[in-house]
Amino acid sequence: MSAPPAVELRFSNLAWLLAGLALAAAPHTARLPAWITTIALVTLGWRAYIAWKRSALPRKWLLLVFMLTCVLGIYISFNTIFGRDAGVSMLIVLLGLKLMEMKSYRDVYVVMFLAYFIALTNFFYSQSIPTASLMMLTVLMITASLVSFQAPARRHLDNLKTGGMLLAQAAPLMLLLFFLFPRVQGPLWGLPQDAYSGISGLSDSMTPGNISQLSLSDAVAFRAKFDGAMPPRRQLYWRGPVFWNYDGRTWRPGDMRLRGGTYKFEGFGQPYDYSVTLEPHNRNWLFALELAATIPPRARVTADYQLLSLPPVQSRIRYEMRSYPDFKAVEADGNEDLTAALALPKGLNPRTLQLGQRWAAEARSQGNPTEVIVNRGLDLFRNGGFQYTLEPPLLTSSDTVDEFIFNSKLGFCEHFSGAFAILMRSAGVPARIVTGYQGGDVNPIDEQLIVRQSDAHAWTEIWMDGSGWRRVDPTAVVVPVRVESGMAQAVPAGQPLPFMARTDRLWLLQIRYNIEAMAHKWNIWVLGYNPERQREMLSFIGMDAASWQALAMALFWGVGGVVAVLALWLLRRMRLEDPVQRHWQRFCAKLERAGLPRAPSEGPLDFASRAAAHFPQHAALVGGIGALYIDLRYGVPADRTATQRLGRLVRQFKL
Amino acid sequence: MNLDRILRYSQLYNLVVRRKEPEAGTVYLSQRRVYILPSRQGLTFSLSLLVMLIGSINYNLSLGYLLTFLLAGVGIVSILHTFRNLAYLYISPGRAEPVFAGGEAHFQLHIENRGNNERFAIAFEREGVITRCDVPARDTVSVTIDVPATRRGLLALGRVTLDTRYPLGLLRAWSYVTPDLACLVYPRPDSSRLPPPQPQADSGDTIALGTGTDDFFGLRPYQASDSPRHIAWKASMREGPLLTKQFSGRAAAQMWFDWKSLPSGMEIEARLSRLARWVLLANSRGIAFGLRLPGLEMPMGLGDAHCLACLRELALFKTPGDAAPHADPGKSRP
Repeated sequence: MSAPPAVELRFSNLAWLLAGLALAAAPHTARLPAWITTIALVTLGWRAYIAWKRSALPRKWLLLVFMLTCVLGIYISFNTIFGRDAGVSMLIVLLGLKLMEMKSYRDVYVVMFLAYFIALTNFFYSQSIPTASLMMLTVLMITASLVSFQAPARRHLDNLKTGGMLLAQAAPLMLLLFFLFPRVQGPLWGLPQDAYSGISGLSDSMTPGNISQLSLSDAVAFRAKFDGAMPPRRQLYWRGPVFWNYDGRTWRPGDMRLRGGTYKFEGFGQPYDYSVTLEPHNRNWLFALELAATIPPRARVTADYQLLSLPPVQSRIRYEMRSYPDFKAVEADGNEDLTAALALPKGLNPRTLQLGQRWAAEARSQGNPTEVIVNRGLDLFRNGGFQYTLEPPLLTSSDTVDEFIFNSKLGFCEHFSGAFAILMRSAGVPARIVTGYQGGDVNPIDEQLIVRQSDAHAWTEIWMDGSGWRRVDPTAVVVPVRVESGMAQAVPAGQPLPFMARTDRLWLLQIRYNIEAMAHKWNIWVLGYNPERQREMLSFIGMDAASWQALAMALFWGVGGVVAVLALWLLRRMRLEDPVQRHWQRFCAKLERAGLPRAPSEGPLDFASRAAAHFPQHAALVGGIGALYIDLRYGVPADRTATQRLGRLVRQFKL
Repeated sequence: MNLDRILRYSQLYNLVVRRKEPEAGTVYLSQRRVYILPSRQGLTFSLSLLVMLIGSINYNLSLGYLLTFLLAGVGIVSILHTFRNLAYLYISPGRAEPVFAGGEAHFQLHIENRGNNERFAIAFEREGVITRCDVPARDTVSVTIDVPATRRGLLALGRVTLDTRYPLGLLRAWSYVTPDLACLVYPRPDSSRLPPPQPQADSGDTIALGTGTDDFFGLRPYQASDSPRHIAWKASMREGPLLTKQFSGRAAAQMWFDWKSLPSGMEIEARLSRLARWVLLANSRGIAFGLRLPGLEMPMGLGDAHCLACLRELALFKTPGDAAPHADPGKSRP
């Protein structure tokens, strides 16, 4: 095997490579410590300078010291050298150092492959369409650089074209492999701690008054698509974590979620069928409209009607659901449920306790005491001067509920639902907190209901003897518009709002809806393409329960077919290259069949005159063909009509 | 169709039973003659893709899958591109001017690309020496392969490996070509002086040459109009560009260079070197000379054609005991 070409690290070639590298690493700058970015910029600039000035590369020992310093720095920054962020930092530092000692052909390839890797690592953080487009551009530039190192003298625009052509021809293969390559559900091994840092407007505890600002994130929590009509907005309660235990400040789930649930309720009326596409949030929660009548695969339901996925939701998943908005959760699993739903932290919130006990005493004589108590509670919130705000004051005393009900009276759903539940428990009515999302907005482009993190909500459920758990949303009483038309109407003017909740910039909203509809398609077909979807798609094209062997065969033939078509297209044009030559060869073949082969060294002029002498009856035609061929082949560049004339003459020539 | 014919058609056959015989005329690099395998970089590339695939599976990165498969596709597609960068070329032998032993033979090959695609970075390798060229579409380029000429005689170009890694360097396509091209290598002239003239019985006049060499007064760069007779061959060999000897006058003379007149202990090659030197000196001074070798006599003559003919005989000389007839180099020089 001959040696690869000596690499010529000319500035013009290197500049494109460095630009490609910079592009690959660019999105990381926002996520990694500033010093990593600085090192990346310094090494890139330094290498470009070295190529420009044709000066010597730094010494090996210097680089080694530099490398060790960087590893130490990464360890200090991240407390580890493994994991996602530390790993990406290591890769970038490594690439920078490799650049500083890049002088051979092999080094160039190591750098290129590292660059492809770094392009891949961007997908750990974002798999959106813009990221994909940026990385596509990066891959194009790096591929064009590879070409430029093979053909250093070419203009870089040509190399870009070649790179683009290669990528374009690889696209069908990519799609085939993407859809048919047997998918395995990851992870194959343990993931670093920081592998998923999905955001959620929800958490597994709730501390009213602790956070003074609610998440205004526009990030999509999930999308839902209804098969038929959509329920009215006030029924869009998406159930999430349920909290039972209150320690005076914080609501926690309690042990209910641990117990396997028997799911007992009666649904009335028309159920709604819909599918939910849930964004990964690294928790087990699945969201469904109250109250879910089906359980998605690989999920279970708790006794408090929570849907929990068995593995944490680490990738976007899609599940089909059916829910009954009118329901009667008839039966609790036993008395201990109600005990837990009545527990109060000892000695806290004395005024609330007093108020509750007074209501209980007054209601005892009436027909339906629970109903009366609940209504008095709602009346208090409705008429007690409470105000909805996204920026409530911090509650600082130990009796936070007292402080909220009797003093500040400013808050959002967490405050209202928490205070209401405590008030009910004080009055002897079992109550619990349900968190989740409320509402959502319909994207008019694809009619998907989009539920955002800013739609996170908390409400209360109270136990009524005879009719079971019933939803009571005190926030809806304070500000009915929060539930009827969303947060934008609920928040007093002048307070910050999530972007999507604004209604004053409709054209922006329109663009945003379009982008989100596209993003949804992208999510479903590209990002959400997992083993399940692969099975669905395969059974759609008639490959039910395809084994991996069958997939491998399909892939083999698919890839083979694409390559064969490409080969036919690429190589056919090569062989049918020069029509002038083709005509001449047909002419020679005719003469050979007639017993007059052309000698290998015989020029066209000699051969034509020999043939003319041999077949005097065709002398004029043979002479014409010979002269025309010589003219076309060695004279002026062949034009189409002359070439066609040669073809015609050759066809006329018959022996 | 019998097995033998199938075998002959397969690439494997060509690879194993490599053509050693020179192929006359233009060689067409058909599909069957072009082999292709991943280069070392290509293997590393596949390994990187594997790592990327495992990473994508582990982290459920859909775009990771896409990127990995895109690059895999690029790798597969580049097989075709590398292949067609080399296949369907026409290689024909060009010229190979005679040189003196110790110099460098320059073999010229013409590469014709009749297609519409420009070919890039085609490497010609012969015994470790690599020459590269690009071949534009519908064009012919010439490459010169430099081969050190160590021994006098006929130096065949032998097998040349054409190879290319364009466009990505992940694959290497190659082909073997043995063009029918040989270079005549004259014996290396030694540094002796012309022998003293010997009166010849059959020559009518006897001329004393004495210090006739003084006529030569210097060298100047060769110009196209100069007679090749005045080229200072030896000095040219040393200095590089051709030099022309200038004379103030010319002495007419006749000399016979006889194998047998050389000291009896001299080696064959040393004798040939000496004779070559004499032939060159005599020719440069315009002295008519004849050459007598065992079993061969070049009659008395004058001029460049005569000089070259004599050098040629010296280059191809075989002692009469050496029965093997030498190939006629004229055949390989169209």
